[in-house]
Amino acid sequence: MYNLLRFLQKYNFVFLFLVLEVIAIMMLANSHTYHRSKIINSSSSFAGYMFNFRANFADYFTLQHTNELLLKENAELHRKLEYYRKQQFPVDTLYSKPDFDYIPARVISNTVHLRNNYIVIDKGSRQGIAKDMGIMSSEGVAGIVTGVTENYSVAISLLHKYANISVRFKHSDQLANVTWNGPDFRIGNIVDIPTYVNMKNGDTVMTSGNSFIFPEGIIVGTIDEPIESPSGDMNAATLLFATDFNKLKSVFVIKNNNKFELNNLNKLRPDE
Amino acid sequence: MSRYLINTLRFIGLLALQLLVLNYIRINGYINPYIYILFMMLLPFGIKGWVLLLWGFVLGYTVDVFMATPGLHTGATVLMAFMRPTIIRMSSGAQQSENLFEPSLSKMGINWFFSYSLSLVVIHHFALFFLESFSIAQIGNTLLRTLYSVVFTQAIILLLMFMFKSGSKSAERRAL
Repeated sequence: MYNLLRFLQKYNFVFLFLVLEVIAIMMLANSHTYHRSKIINSSSSFAGYMFNFRANFADYFTLQHTNELLLKENAELHRKLEYYRKQQFPVDTLYSKPDFDYIPARVISNTVHLRNNYIVIDKGSRQGIAKDMGIMSSEGVAGIVTGVTENYSVAISLLHKYANISVRFKHSDQLANVTWNGPDFRIGNIVDIPTYVNMKNGDTVMTSGNSFIFPEGIIVGTIDEPIESPSGDMNAATLLFATDFNKLKSVFVIKNNNKFELNNLNKLRPDE
Repeated sequence: MSRYLINTLRFIGLLALQLLVLNYIRINGYINPYIYILFMMLLPFGIKGWVLLLWGFVLGYTVDVFMATPGLHTGATVLMAFMRPTIIRMSSGAQQSENLFEPSLSKMGINWFFSYSLSLVVIHHFALFFLESFSIAQIGNTLLRTLYSVVFTQAIILLLMFMFKSGSKSAERRAL
C-alpha cells in the first residue's frame, strides 16, 4: 500500500495528466447532444450575455446587407400573399391553425470552418422553441435545434457530421439525402440518388417534407456537379447550398404544430 | 504588479482576444488562429506540474464553454501542458527549470522562444484538429489544417511578444 502511494506520488504529474485527459475525452465523446446542452445550460447566462454583447456591436456593420435581405424577403412574401388571395380559400372555421409556425430569431454565434459546426440563437424554451425544430434563413435551410435553454438554443448547422436532410429534386420529385463532409462551407453532397434519375447542373433541390422537421419545398440548394457511381448502385452529386452560412444573421425557427399527432401516428405502425 | 495579478490579467485578456476577435477571423474561409494557449507558454519555469495541468484544464474548459465544444480545447490544452516541461528540458537544459522566471523574448532570445512556442503550438493544434475530426481516414485534412493554423497562430504569438517586449523591460527596470 505504502509503495503504491509512493509510486502515485512520484508520478503524480503523469497520473493527473491521464485523469484530466480522460475527463476531457469523456466530455468530448458525450458532446453530441447531452453534454453540449448541459454546458450551454450551465453557462447560458454569462456566455449568452457575452455573445449577445458582441453581436450587438457586430450587427451594425451588416445593417445594409440585412436590410436588403429583408426587403427581398418582403417582396417575395407579398408576391405569395397575392397568389393565395387569388386562389380564395374557403375559410376553415373549425380548424384554422397552420401546419407550421415560424419564429424569428437572431444568430449570436455560428461557425463554418470546423468539421462539425453549430449555430447558437437568441431564442429558447420561453419563446416556444424545442428540440428537433428546423432552422431556415431567408435563403434556405440552415440547421436543426439540438439543445434548448430558457433563452437560448443551440442547433447543428447543415455543416455537421450528423446533419442529414431528406430532399426532393424539383423537376423529378425523386428523393435523396444531403450531407456535408467539408471543408468548403458552400458545397455539400447529395447522396442516395437512384441511377435512373436524370440530374442536370443547376437543378433545384428542396426539402421533401418527410421528416416533420421542415415543411415541403424549402430550398436547400442547387446541383453543382453530378457524380456517376462507378459500380452503378447509387449516384451522388455536389450541391451548392442556398444559404450562405458565413453570413447567417437572422433566421426562422420552424415549429411543426402537428408534431405530437404525427409522432403518435408513427407509434401506431405495427412492429416489423 | 504582483505575479498573480499579471497572470490573471493575461488570462482574461487573451481569452477576450480569442473569443471576441480571433474567433471571427477566418482566413481563407476556415483557418482560425488559437492564441489563448500563449497563456500556458508564459507561466513561470518553476511552476509545479499539477498546477500547470490544472491551469491547462481550466483554460481549455473556459474556451470550451464559450465555444460550445465540450472537451475539445480541454483535451488539447491539457496535452500541451503535459508536454511543456519536456519541451523546456529539450530546448534549454535542466538547470533552467528551477527558477521562477517566466519564458520571455527578452530573457531567452528570439531563437529559443521561436522553437519553444512553435513546438507547443504544433502539439496543441494537431491534438485539437485530430480530436475534432476524430478519424484516421481524414488525417490528411487534419494535417493540412494544422499546418495552416500553426502558421497564423505562431505569427500572432510572436507579434504579441514583440508588442509587449519593451513594456515588460521597463517594468523590470522599475522593479530593480
